[in-house]
Amino acid sequence: MSQSVMTSGNRPEKGMGKSPAERTEPTGSGLRGFMRSSGGDYLLLAVFAAAILTMPIWLAPIGAGYPDILQKFAIFGIFALGFNILFGFSGYLSFGHAAFLGVGSYAAVWMFKLLSMNAFPALIFAVLVSGVFALLIGFVSLRRSGIYFSILTLAFAQMSYNLAYSVLTPITNGETGLQVNRSDPRILDQLFGGTSMTVPDIFGVQLQGWAGFYFCAVLLILAFFITMRIKNSTFGLMLFAIKANQTRMSFTGFSTRPYLLTAFVISGMYAGLAGGLLAVTDPLAGAERMQWTASGEVVLMTILGGVGTLLGPVIGAAVIKYLEQIFSSFNEGLLHRAFDFLPTAVQDIVVAIVAPFVGEGWQLTLGLMFMIVVIFLPGGIMEGVGRIARRVRRDKPSDDGAASKAGH
Amino acid sequence: MPIDTSAWSRRRILQTSAALGAGLAIPHVFVRNAWSQDKVFCNSPTGSNVVLGFNVPQSGPYADEGADELRAFKLAVQHLNGEGDGGLLKTLKPSSLKGNGILGKKVTFVTGDTQTKSDAARASAKRMIEADKVVMISGGSSSGVAVAVQSLCQDMGVIFMTGLTHSNDTTGKDKRRYGFRHFFNAYMSGVALGPVLAEQYGKDRKAYHLTADYTWGWTQEESMKNATEKEGWKTVQTVRTPLGAGDFSQYLTPVLNSGADVLILNHYGGDMVNSLRQAVNQFDMKNKTVNGKQFEIVVPLISELMAEGAGDAIKGILGTANWDWKLDNEATKTLAKSFGEAYGRPPSQAAQTCYAQTLLYANAVEMAGTFYPPEVIKALEGFEFDGLGNGPTLYRAADHQCFKDVLVVRGKEKPANQFDLLEVVKIVPRETVTYDPSIFGGELGPSEVKGCAA
Repeated sequence: MSQSVMTSGNRPEKGMGKSPAERTEPTGSGLRGFMRSSGGDYLLLAVFAAAILTMPIWLAPIGAGYPDILQKFAIFGIFALGFNILFGFSGYLSFGHAAFLGVGSYAAVWMFKLLSMNAFPALIFAVLVSGVFALLIGFVSLRRSGIYFSILTLAFAQMSYNLAYSVLTPITNGETGLQVNRSDPRILDQLFGGTSMTVPDIFGVQLQGWAGFYFCAVLLILAFFITMRIKNSTFGLMLFAIKANQTRMSFTGFSTRPYLLTAFVISGMYAGLAGGLLAVTDPLAGAERMQWTASGEVVLMTILGGVGTLLGPVIGAAVIKYLEQIFSSFNEGLLHRAFDFLPTAVQDIVVAIVAPFVGEGWQLTLGLMFMIVVIFLPGGIMEGVGRIARRVRRDKPSDDGAASKAGH
Repeated sequence: MPIDTSAWSRRRILQTSAALGAGLAIPHVFVRNAWSQDKVFCNSPTGSNVVLGFNVPQSGPYADEGADELRAFKLAVQHLNGEGDGGLLKTLKPSSLKGNGILGKKVTFVTGDTQTKSDAARASAKRMIEADKVVMISGGSSSGVAVAVQSLCQDMGVIFMTGLTHSNDTTGKDKRRYGFRHFFNAYMSGVALGPVLAEQYGKDRKAYHLTADYTWGWTQEESMKNATEKEGWKTVQTVRTPLGAGDFSQYLTPVLNSGADVLILNHYGGDMVNSLRQAVNQFDMKNKTVNGKQFEIVVPLISELMAEGAGDAIKGILGTANWDWKLDNEATKTLAKSFGEAYGRPPSQAAQTCYAQTLLYANAVEMAGTFYPPEVIKALEGFEFDGLGNGPTLYRAADHQCFKDVLVVRGKEKPANQFDLLEVVKIVPRETVTYDPSIFGGELGPSEVKGCAA
């Protein structure tokens, strides 16, 4: 799996020699909206907000209508959105973004322990700390590009993971994970005669269950809005230009490093916000959040959904979290119930075929799905959606069909 | 940096805030519905069924233990529902179990994969609580996971009957009012094993520790260090190894030249199988002589499943166990028989503790006459029972830890069959391993919590 990811990381570099039509292909219709937010974008935002906030209703039939998984959808949506600002817009594949997620979590839990169970100081601190952390790592890593950049970020992330796992045990509590205890100081809460509750809140509303979901959802919509603004700004245009051809950018007289570093820090702050939210909805920070598999996961989410698109990463995040949470809980008993309508003999065969793909085999399903998407829909799920939309509309069939064929 | 400077028009602000406001207002309509049912407590069972959640590792270094735990849970649910031969329902004393489910409700269950990761385990437990509406969660094979899930269960107001967790912290500094442990702990292992080690290997020994780097490993290392140093042993060095390392040769290489003549492996599950096999087969440590003494290996926590995985390497190795299927008491024989008939193999200690925990929870609910957790907790606290295979056992109220006899076991030199791998060297009585709960600190917390019913 990691190999295919590496190859796609090379893509921006290889893309330099390709035709102009093809180079703009991954950005899709985004180019049209540069410099100003068109009405279509606000429509998209409104639809997005409505879809996110009504998730409890329309996801219930597929078994995902409970708070925890919806919180995960929203949080990892933010994480993938931020990752996409770097990878999707500028083409720099970071393989260590989980480090910022982890740092955000630790920062938030420490705020819970020291200051207050209120979510705001924790989130602000999480975003700031991971921003500073991203600045440091980005400053060093961005001296290289392409595969070397990816390896540097991967190395930094693994370093952070190992530090969190064993060396920094007094700060991170190692493998057990950092937890909130009733006996923690919590200076602000003490000051205002606060309670000894160990559940994060915003001014009295406990952020668990549905309240926690809506809190994350609002932040996801906000994050989506900011991403949209970035994409439509001059700054976003610079990033896309870097992706298209960094050498040409520097020959035109632009120093690309500050733009890249800014994108890296912004994307690290998104990850920090996601990490902080993970701690808000579940006040525990574990080192495994920083493992390289977690960094790989966000790459998968972005590629699966559609690199460089606005919606893609959020959809990719939801799909992967759904597979992880729901598919892994299917067992044979459940399958037998699902295929009840078949005769017993056929039912046994069907269950025997399906069983390896659910339960502990959920990663097999994910792997297959990823392969299918990468081979047939290099633009991710968003490309699939686009193709279907085009087929439905059929307004300019010949032109688009040729372009997408040439692309792959 | 020339970023877009075009200011927001009033019109645009109005449009955006109206859209956001409308979006925000939508869910409240539905949320009110979700909260309107005035539940007394989290996941109060309303229908004719009651759901239990079994959260076990199905992947990772403890997957074998997880699989066996799941077998035991399924068996326990069958027995509670009056199916099969009834198992230990017949032997538990005192018992309020009737074999018609729990409080007349049929027991069903859901399963999840902890992946031996705190995050994954908590996500899985949350799914069980929020989506599957479980009243009790059990399982877990890793103290890190147990501690993480236990504190979640405290917050959510759902009782957690821990499975295989041996760290002192689970019922020590990280104990919780909603968490209960039947399994023994590292401190008891040390107290039970120390004297036997001194007796077998002499008092002038130097030990080298390899320790799994998480809460269980740390407390076991500390307990073993204290227990052996009390007998006059010296500790040469303690080295932490990452969980699920796979290859331990880099950690084993320095052992023989360190001047130590005993290697203490604070590993469990797949890690212990790998490190022990490498120590015995690759480094041939069992046939070495150091300081004029035979080199020895000690594995403080041994299980049958690990012995099976380690093969010949386990022969002659000393350790401790919570329970063994060859013990000579009625309950053990009954459980071994009914488990054997169902699955064609004897239950491991992990299976036994999970089976016992499920029955103990069901029994406490029957005693309390309600699923309301504070009442169930009261019924479990200070519960003195017998007939689950470990002899007379007490659920201590002060820290929710079970106190019972501890077994010192050794890998058999000549096993009679593939399941006959360990022999019981000594049964250390309950009084010897009982300790003062205050030595580990921690706080249980309240039994009345707002939980997920809020």
